[in-house]
Amino acid sequence: MTKRLSIIVVENEPGRARTIVDGLREAGDHDVLVIADEIGLARRIAERNPDLVLIDAGNPSRDAIEELTLASAPLQRPVAMFVDESDGALTRTAIEAGVSAYVVAGLASNRIRPVLDAAFARFHMMQKMRAELAETRRALDERKMIDRAKSILMRAKGIGEDEAYALMRKAAMDQSRKLADVAQALVTAAELLK
Amino acid sequence: MMLPLRLGFLPLVDAAPLIVAKAMGFAEEEGLALDLIAAPGWSALRDHLAQGAVTAAQMLAPVPVAQTLGLGGTARFDVLSVLNLNGNAIGVSMALAARMQGHDFALTDPWAAGRALLAARSDRLRIGVPFTFSMHAELVRYWLECLADPLPPSVEIVTVPPALMPEALALGEVDAFCVGEPRGSVAVDRGAGVLLLPTSAIWAAAPEKVLAARKGWAEAEPDAAGRLIRAIWRAGHWLDQGQNLSVASEILSKPAHLDLAPEIIERSLSGRLVISADGQERTLPGFLRFHDGAAGFPWRSQAAWIGTRLAARHGLDPATAGRLAGAVFRSDLYRLHLGPAGADMPAASAKVEGSLALPTPVASSRGKLILPPDRFFDARIFDPDLPG
Repeated sequence: MTKRLSIIVVENEPGRARTIVDGLREAGDHDVLVIADEIGLARRIAERNPDLVLIDAGNPSRDAIEELTLASAPLQRPVAMFVDESDGALTRTAIEAGVSAYVVAGLASNRIRPVLDAAFARFHMMQKMRAELAETRRALDERKMIDRAKSILMRAKGIGEDEAYALMRKAAMDQSRKLADVAQALVTAAELLK
Repeated sequence: MMLPLRLGFLPLVDAAPLIVAKAMGFAEEEGLALDLIAAPGWSALRDHLAQGAVTAAQMLAPVPVAQTLGLGGTARFDVLSVLNLNGNAIGVSMALAARMQGHDFALTDPWAAGRALLAARSDRLRIGVPFTFSMHAELVRYWLECLADPLPPSVEIVTVPPALMPEALALGEVDAFCVGEPRGSVAVDRGAGVLLLPTSAIWAAAPEKVLAARKGWAEAEPDAAGRLIRAIWRAGHWLDQGQNLSVASEILSKPAHLDLAPEIIERSLSGRLVISADGQERTLPGFLRFHDGAAGFPWRSQAAWIGTRLAARHGLDPATAGRLAGAVFRSDLYRLHLGPAGADMPAASAKVEGSLALPTPVASSRGKLILPPDRFFDARIFDPDLPG
């Protein structure tokens, strides 16, 4: 029986944290601690001396964790090590999933690999959901913008809805721009002319 | 046919050469279509560059040196040019400032400022910097070691993400900070701290940010590298001309760049810093320089200085580290791509750092180069041939 791995997940959002922890539980019986990205983060991590730290690759607090990867005194072993180019496929998966993993030096790869695979899969899933949400939001914003531009045109020119829409479409095609961009320009101009 | 190129940066005032190269058309003149990509932090930007998500990036000068010494990552970078000299400010929390009553906060005397800081500390002095491998960390350490050698264990230099710095100061997690602009001015405006000293007072010619690319890229793509180095060099020239100050501040203030009021950005570009929330101002010539006096030249001796400092702290051999580091700053590529463009090149690629107390004419390709003072505040010199 090998010792349980001590894992820290840095995540502010409870829902995301739960998703990651659930994934890690499936990979084995490990000691998982979730901490928020906060003041004194590096100190808290160092105190616990974990085997693995998982954090969103885009989290600015990564910069504070970096200094844990260095031996703070000569002859002392570095606390943690970034999953580097040692495994190209694994690194690529991590990049796609938007996660950074700091693994203690010298940990056997057969122990850490299942945990990383599970964690990366969860991060990847959340990354996809986040991208889809952003896309939905963007589409909605564009729709709203186009509607606003349309009503400005209708009022200004005394034309109907279909005609206003056709006018914008034509302008977009003539200038090879996106319909939403034309609408945005129109709304901006209308606000300036108020 | 425009050549597309992805360039990574952090939203800081000294990203200006990259932002201006695009905004003022210097990149376009070179046939480059720059795509500027903001990163959330230094480790993320380093990884983006290592993994090829960006082709070149703004980087803390010590990062490429550290990587070459085997510290903090395995990717290898070349430094193609220096983006700016200095531009950082050291500040203290309101609580610490209150205990420094006798100090004048003139921002000109590192001895007086350092003594006042050390005297005012309680049981502990924790200084926040943005990254482990940074000139912020190196210069703060150099400064305080001159005042108290060895540094007492109660003095700690820790990494705090700049966005959290005002909160960290208010909570007492850190007592002081050294950050790049506009972070210092933002901390002042939020009433979180008072500025104590610019890093230019510690080393007048400290390299701060550099233009970095993956090792070997500039040789594999000499055409693209040449265009990029030239566009950024011209942007630096434009930035160092006083009449462009307000336009530069406007450009940097845009949401895609720093997303901050132009007035705050103009403080560091003009060297007129507001040091406290009650509006006290200090004029600091040479606070931040982009171009004049061959500021963009990647001196091998600058890299060697960084290398020997890192080596001393991480138990590496200083002479070897200095030699390895020197090779990271590619003055050869800089000459190759800028010499024909009309830049006045110094005859040497390394100098004795800290030897110039006054502006000094030096041997150069066009014979007009005057190097500005490059003194360390303690008048020490660093000879790259005799590191350690």
